[in-house]
Amino acid sequence: MKSLLCLTVNGRQREDAVAENMLLIDYLREQLGLTGTKQGCDGGECGACTVLVDDKPRLACCTLAHGVAGCRIETIEGCASTDGLSRLQRAFHEHLGTQCGFCTPGMIMAAEGLLRANPHPDQAEIRAALGGNLCRCTGYVKIIESVEAAASMPEAA
Amino acid sequence: MNALPDFRLFRPASAGEAVRLNTAHASSRFIAGGTDLLPNIRRGLFNPAVLIDLGGIPEMATITESADGLRIGAGVTLAKLAVDPRVVARLPALAQAALAVAGPTHRQSATLGGNLCLDTRCRYYNQSEFWRDSIHHCLKLDGDTCRVAVKSKRCYAAFSGDVAPALIVLGAEVEVLGEKGARRLAIADLYADDGMAWLTLKPDELLVAVHVPFDDAWTSAYEKMRIRGSIDFPLAGVSVALRRDGANIGGLRIACTGVASRPFAVDGLDVIAGKLFDAAAQTIVAECVDLANRSMKTTLVDALFRRNVTPVLARRLAQRLWNGA
Repeated sequence: MKSLLCLTVNGRQREDAVAENMLLIDYLREQLGLTGTKQGCDGGECGACTVLVDDKPRLACCTLAHGVAGCRIETIEGCASTDGLSRLQRAFHEHLGTQCGFCTPGMIMAAEGLLRANPHPDQAEIRAALGGNLCRCTGYVKIIESVEAAASMPEAA
Repeated sequence: MNALPDFRLFRPASAGEAVRLNTAHASSRFIAGGTDLLPNIRRGLFNPAVLIDLGGIPEMATITESADGLRIGAGVTLAKLAVDPRVVARLPALAQAALAVAGPTHRQSATLGGNLCLDTRCRYYNQSEFWRDSIHHCLKLDGDTCRVAVKSKRCYAAFSGDVAPALIVLGAEVEVLGEKGARRLAIADLYADDGMAWLTLKPDELLVAVHVPFDDAWTSAYEKMRIRGSIDFPLAGVSVALRRDGANIGGLRIACTGVASRPFAVDGLDVIAGKLFDAAAQTIVAECVDLANRSMKTTLVDALFRRNVTPVLARRLAQRLWNGA
């Protein structure tokens, strides 16, 4: 059964008829076509589906769309602006934080959540914040270096 | 994983309304963070016709302080609980246990009440429908034989919430709301030693808050063993609270999780009160924990390892608290 869902996705207010049993990841990917958010393990174990809900990183595969009614949702598609890539996107690009790219949207959203709560994290804090995100390519070192580099960039960049 | 089955979703604005909705619908379940419930539904472990989302109830998401302690709403997220300055400073075992649940992203959704009411877990139960069908199911769901102990008439699935043992050693009480009003019970009395009926809540009842007393004479801690260091259920979890009385032990409380169908307090520790925390006391701690341990073959990791590691965790934590007290 569908009912009306009001929320904000990447800065745009939306009112959509959404099935009550729809997961947030399916709402984003299937209904809105925002396929940047990846479906990995599909059970809350890999972090590939991480999106921001009111600035906090959450797992879209373990969240009902109606459970975030009234919230601000941000996905990887909302990171870049007309001025270019976000600092995390640029840092991942410049410091080789991405290889196959499948975990990258989740990694960047989890890191974005960290930097908003804690603009100058140390390496232990970065490792803890990304503890729920799996990557099978990089070995994590380049990812952590990317987040460290992003944290040292000026915010507006 | 399967798609979610069809269900109606209600989002009540108060705990009383949630209780009424639950009574009005026979096949209903409460959902808080959903980080365990939704994957379980998708594995076919439950098939509720109605889900009652507790995320829109402000009264359940607050922490209030009184002179005696804290009243923590069941809807407070584990991320919020783990960094609350009052919890970190005065109830360290609770902060450490909250921080030890799953991964950082889960904790942003997962709640205190959800972790306390977590479904029991077993290697023969937390599997896909196809997998469970291939072994002709188990006692906990759709079958008639416990695959862990085949001659058993009961289910041995293990309770795997991290927060409960911390609340046991801190002397917490839970507040539950039912059709006939609210009642309070000691946290240990919330649980029964049965993998299929591990909660003593009545069908109409909802866990709404936890009351944790302050007692600064005690120090406390929580530690667990798990496969993935950043994101896993406990193979064994131990919480210890210790009160030092000069050169001697004033009091020692230990509770375990992950090694039985319920979290439990370890008995027999009274004998070391008033004594030094020496090798003899450490041996008593290890023996009491070992005696209470009920590890079964519910995880892929060997039950004997879990049995052996539990007293080690307890002894190590008690030593750390003793040194710091």
